[in-house]
Amino acid sequence: MKLLAPPDTARNRPSEDIPAVPVRHPGRWAGAAAVVLLGAMFGHAMLTNPRLDWGTVGGIMADPSVLRGLRTTLELTVLAMGIALVGGVLLAVMRLSRNPILSGASWLFIWVFRGTPVLVQLFVWNFLGALWPTISIGVPFGPSFHSWDYNDLVSLFTAAVLGLGLNEAAYMAEIVRAGILSVDRGQPEAAASLGLTHGQTMRRIILPQAMKVIIPPTGNETISMLKATSLVSAISLVDITRAGQDISSRTFQIIPSLIAVSVWYLLFTSLLTIAQYYVERRYVRGTTHSLPPTPVQRVRTALRARRAPLVTGGSS
Amino acid sequence: MNQPTHPTPTAEPMVRAQGVRKSYGPVDVLKGIDLEVATGEVFCLLGPSGSGKSTFLRCINHLEKVNSGRLTVDGDLVGYHERDGRLYELKDNEVARRRRDIGMVFQRFNLFPHMTAVENIMEAPVRVKKEPKAAARDRALDLLARVGLADKARSYPSQLSGGQQQRVAIARALAMEPKLMLFDEPTSALDPELVGEVLDVMRGLAEDGMTMIVVTHETGFAREVGDAVVFMDDGVVVESGSPRDVLTAPRHLRTQQFLSKVL
Ligand SMILES: Nc1ncnc2c1ncn2[C@@H]1O[C@H](COP(=O)(O)OP(=O)(O)O)[C@@H](O)[C@H]1O
Ligand SMILES: [Mg+2]
Repeated sequence: MKLLAPPDTARNRPSEDIPAVPVRHPGRWAGAAAVVLLGAMFGHAMLTNPRLDWGTVGGIMADPSVLRGLRTTLELTVLAMGIALVGGVLLAVMRLSRNPILSGASWLFIWVFRGTPVLVQLFVWNFLGALWPTISIGVPFGPSFHSWDYNDLVSLFTAAVLGLGLNEAAYMAEIVRAGILSVDRGQPEAAASLGLTHGQTMRRIILPQAMKVIIPPTGNETISMLKATSLVSAISLVDITRAGQDISSRTFQIIPSLIAVSVWYLLFTSLLTIAQYYVERRYVRGTTHSLPPTPVQRVRTALRARRAPLVTGGSS
Repeated sequence: MNQPTHPTPTAEPMVRAQGVRKSYGPVDVLKGIDLEVATGEVFCLLGPSGSGKSTFLRCINHLEKVNSGRLTVDGDLVGYHERDGRLYELKDNEVARRRRDIGMVFQRFNLFPHMTAVENIMEAPVRVKKEPKAAARDRALDLLARVGLADKARSYPSQLSGGQQQRVAIARALAMEPKLMLFDEPTSALDPELVGEVLDVMRGLAEDGMTMIVVTHETGFAREVGDAVVFMDDGVVVESGSPRDVLTAPRHLRTQQFLSKVL
């Protein structure tokens, strides 16, 4: 049948794979087999180990103290990344400013906050009250209108958010700066020639284009932040890691607690990875002719194709 | 062809340059430019690469700061405010305000890649003039129709040919209703078969009486549409006059040499 088809219909048919014997890759097969075998052995050892009770793992995951810790971890991540994003954009714009005071201040901030361990910064924010026990607003160097006790104003949680957020802002500043510098020089020029102000040009023209460069590393940073929040246990704030440790020191279920905590982390890093995928797609608008379908769209298309199988031409 | 829109000699010129100098550090790029562009005139600027043509255009809308000399647009000193014989530098937002009235078209189009054609055109009217979005969109669609791209409103720049992108860029500049349009080699980055469509749009603008300064190597366009032609080399005006004089009977050797190369 196929051979009898006239040449013009053959050309109109969607292209078919050339029927040829594909190259064999015995090495790949051997490697894959070894990986599968090792994986199966490890999985078997984990699942059948009498000393590793998976029911206990589930129980720890759902323990109220672990869930409270999880909430703290997530809140810290969101707030610290919020500070880091806003601060990073601000620092990057300052760094690129022609005003030497602004760019110098930004340089100094990045130098300090990127150059010291985040753990040290957490301690500093927590113990800054020793240096300035009260904080007041008022006339600079003059009378003050109102003062607060440092430890009332800066709770443990606030200290943690500031410590994590400002440290991260220094890293975000460099990421945002690279993004801004990646935008073609003709863009601000075109915007200026239309009468847009500096601020409008930055918000409407430069930053949206810089996003393409900014988002992938920002996704990485967010995932790092989710895990870096575990450092706050050093200033005795109870995050999920700390909650897990408390359980393991109380019940001696050391490995199950570690697994329970890890599963929560993995769940949220997976969610962040998916979120990153969709945010990235949004900011490549205009740079590619058409986006490839998302996995969800692909599954949907496949299901639809199965439900309604293609009706083959009935004529002839 | 555009005889009726010909400027009257007594009118205040749209652009007047007197001894305009510009240097980047030790490099003198403009070495005293004197010229006048009358209102409604199509003024063509020719010259070899590196002679300072782009720099001069960029000085006109204050993308570059002039070092010395006087440069006025429609009577206003570029970049300064003049009061009681003293000059006051303009603030950023005042510079931006003056730029609204001057449209600029670039060699490499410089469309905003993250916006569709119609969004590119609406951006400045909405953000700068605070026009309501619906009205700005209607006007943008009219402008797209005027440059022959009514069906490309929702296309992104990357989905358009070079000629189409440049026509969108012209529409984008026109959306601010400028009194002066600057064209910096608008067809130099285009494939030869796409040059005509852009020149046609520019010809239409000239017929509508727009004041235009056009940096171009298209001597055919300069001859046909131009009212005045200036030949620049190495930061100075070498020769100026009507297109006929400069393009067909150049007096200076440098002009002759240049024209023999581009023709
Ligand atoms: N931002 C700049 N810094 C230093 N030199 C520049 C800059 N812009 C242009 N120039 C120099 O000024 C000269 C004139 O450039 P330009 O005005 O672009 O010439 P044209 O448009 O006639 O080709 C060139 O020699 C160029 O290298
Ligand atoms: Mg140039």
